Amino acid sequence: MGVGLEEKLPSGFLLSTVEKLAGYFRKGSVWPATFGLACCAIEMMSTVAPRFDLARFGMEAFRASPRQADLMIIAGRVSQKMAPVLRQIYDQMPEPKWVLAMGVCASSGGMFNNYAIVQGADHVVPVDIYLPGCPPRPEMLLHAILKLHDKIQQMPLGVNRQEAIAAAEAAALAAARPTVDLTGLPR
Amino acid sequence: MPNMFDSVAGFGVTLSTMFKRPITEGYPESAAPTAPRYHGRHQLNRYPDGLEKCIGCELCAWACPADAIYVEGGDNTENERYSPGERYGSVYQINYLRCIGCGLCVEACPTRALTMTNEYEMADDNRAGMIYEKDQLLAPLQPGMQAPPHPRAPGATDADYYRGNVNPAPEVS
Repeated sequence: MGVGLEEKLPSGFLLSTVEKLAGYFRKGSVWPATFGLACCAIEMMSTVAPRFDLARFGMEAFRASPRQADLMIIAGRVSQKMAPVLRQIYDQMPEPKWVLAMGVCASSGGMFNNYAIVQGADHVVPVDIYLPGCPPRPEMLLHAILKLHDKIQQMPLGVNRQEAIAAAEAAALAAARPTVDLTGLPR
Repeated sequence: MPNMFDSVAGFGVTLSTMFKRPITEGYPESAAPTAPRYHGRHQLNRYPDGLEKCIGCELCAWACPADAIYVEGGDNTENERYSPGERYGSVYQINYLRCIGCGLCVEACPTRALTMTNEYEMADDNRAGMIYEKDQLLAPLQPGMQAPPHPRAPGATDADYYRGNVNPAPEVS
């Protein structure tokens, strides 16, 4: 579905039908990039291994080139030195692309609250699914991937997508509060 | 000459595997149980009459190597009682995007209020949703438990609560 034709369809019955179809095909053939940063990558590898068998969801083909991948599983802590590399790999992936922050280090920095580690991969790339755990067991990764599949299935296209992006941005701006107003952990 | 059949012998492994049972766990449909003491999501426990065990001492927050726990203590009053003692945890938050599941908080807890469950299915698409509040962490009310605030069981002392000699609250109807 990478022709670009679906992006030009008018909204309405036709587009919503194409959306469902495109979502069904997209979620059934997600190709992750081979990109492990630390210990979480071991759990990611065992998820692909026969016991958990990621091939059941059409995801066994880990692409070594980001140009052939559409899901980046950030498995491990992102150091400041790795951040530009991470961004470049993300930029090289073709649209549509998704990012899964696997483990607490990739999601928020985890227990490494220091100058060497980026406090969450979402400072560098937009993250679609945050997965806690240190490291998350393969079932947790499968659960996050299935949640991402639901998200991919409901992803709007064309005009609907632009509207959805604008609505999400407006909601995020409306919900943003100054840090001094926050209490508890969010602060 | 004896090396001639070695390459064929390799296929014997493939052939014998075809007759073995598959080892794949069908996760979403049939999840295998975790180890009994698996470090999953936390739980804030209750006494048998429904009062909370947490006393808001923040020892878990101090023990946490990742600074994932935030606690604010509050004072119990006679009209509004959440835990048997003087204090209770009025705000209790655990940031699961920081928690590494080491269990040091469970070791630090003096009243056994904080334990861990075997639940591991946690994933969300925003960071704020992964900060679990007290109402998400509290153990569900079992039969015989009454939702706090409510007064202590009649005649029960601190020692009775500590030793678990408190009976479930009688049905009020």
